Amino acid sequence: MLDGVFNALYQFQVSFSFLLLSAIGLAVIFGMMGVINLAHGEFMMLGAYITTIVATAGVPVPLAMLLGALGVGLFGAIVEILVVRRLYGRLLDSVAATWAVGLILSQGMLILTGPSMQGISSPFGSFSVGATSYSWYRVVLGVIALVLLGSLYLVFMKTRYGLRARATIQNPAIAQALGVDTARMYTITFALGSALAGLAGGLFAPTATIVPFFGTNYIVEAFVTVIVGGANALVGTPIAAMLLGAVNAALGTEFGLYIGRVGLLLTTILIIRVLPDGISGLLDRWRMRPTGTRSGK
Amino acid sequence: MLDVSHVTAGYGRTMIVRDVSLAIQPGEIVAIIGRNGVGKTTLMKAIIGLLPLVQGTISLAGAAITAAPANDRAQRGIGYVPQGRGIFPGLTVEENLEMGTLINARVGGERRHDVAFQYFPHLAERRRQRAGTLSGGEQAMLAIGRVLIGRPTLMLLDEPSEGLQPNLVQQIGDDIKRINAELGTTVLFVEQNIELVMNLSQRGYVIDKGQVSATLSVAEVTNQDALIRHLTV
Repeated sequence: MLDGVFNALYQFQVSFSFLLLSAIGLAVIFGMMGVINLAHGEFMMLGAYITTIVATAGVPVPLAMLLGALGVGLFGAIVEILVVRRLYGRLLDSVAATWAVGLILSQGMLILTGPSMQGISSPFGSFSVGATSYSWYRVVLGVIALVLLGSLYLVFMKTRYGLRARATIQNPAIAQALGVDTARMYTITFALGSALAGLAGGLFAPTATIVPFFGTNYIVEAFVTVIVGGANALVGTPIAAMLLGAVNAALGTEFGLYIGRVGLLLTTILIIRVLPDGISGLLDRWRMRPTGTRSGK
Repeated sequence: MLDVSHVTAGYGRTMIVRDVSLAIQPGEIVAIIGRNGVGKTTLMKAIIGLLPLVQGTISLAGAAITAAPANDRAQRGIGYVPQGRGIFPGLTVEENLEMGTLINARVGGERRHDVAFQYFPHLAERRRQRAGTLSGGEQAMLAIGRVLIGRPTLMLLDEPSEGLQPNLVQQIGDDIKRINAELGTTVLFVEQNIELVMNLSQRGYVIDKGQVSATLSVAEVTNQDALIRHLTV
């Protein structure tokens, strides 16, 4: 009985952290800039490659992961300046352009490094509860997901950069007229979202095979989580990851991975049918209602 | 202080403002009046830099700012209060005020929210409230208070009376006069409300069909009949 409860909790937190980490970089770029980065999966792949190559060269794995995040963040800044910047307000054009960046990345990586690369092994080993064996590393991933979320909250709610980024998404012209260099804000935000994608790729590297199409393993779940969460990356994305993670884990444990994934997609369709702006759209409407009607605390 | 020289600006191929020149001296309060749709807001946007000039030059305190982006002009000391206030509804009152700290940033100095609360004490009670939940009058105060934080040398106000009840129009006019007198802030404002123009201005320009059609002396900006003539069709 207790084993079953533990197993369910474990599966839930694995699903949750997998969805959250996959989605958060995409969510920051979408929520803060209104840009859909179709190269998100390839940015994760790039993070996984940098992490793997640097770790194989003898650098400690956590440091290699940070370098992966940093490298993809810098790459993201360059992509923003060269490509994305020219396409603000042209959603479909930016979708097509970032898709092209993604294709170049995955094909380029295939030409440069071949169809696969020797991966790094999953650190920390495993532990057992009852008859089942669990991976410590996946538990650590859950903790990292929560720490990352807390840090992002602090960055966006408590720093000057965060305030200016939130003002810029609400009204870019006014933010600029108040002295904010909005072009620089967009570069920084795109780099941050890219770095988060790179970090997720690095964190997933020990659990997956390192191939040029690494990103395709995560991209559907990442998009689904962002769509369900809505435009607010800090509030919507974690709630969406929890909700979808619960559905995925429950169905997956009971009926297998395939049904888990079907359930995840069906839940998504249901939610966006009822809440086209996602979960954070609903919360925003609730928070912005006139003060007079506010009840309770 | 501010020199606008032969400025032409507009959207696409449509020029809304044509060959406009203004010269504002330090410490003045100057009105720009005119009927709806004659290009007053377009002129303000061209001065703050949200709209590129097709022709002409703008200089602030002797330095050319014609090619400078809006953020640079704000950092050189222009505090812009747009039509419709332009507050950030999802941010709190305090966060909105904090967004004013980059104004006049080149000069530096301490930036404190007290300045805004000194002129608009009502805002202090609402500091943690989301700006989108404020009343129209409070939003008007917030928009002016926000630029005050940076101690601008020049305030651009685009229809400060918009959507306000008559007693609040009087109040906001008195507040702006106090700011001008006590902080030495130069004020250039666009307005159609005759009471506010008479209460506030030291002189004025009339804009018609995108051009300066008349300049108004102190006697004229305080003469109701003259103003009505310029503002009615």
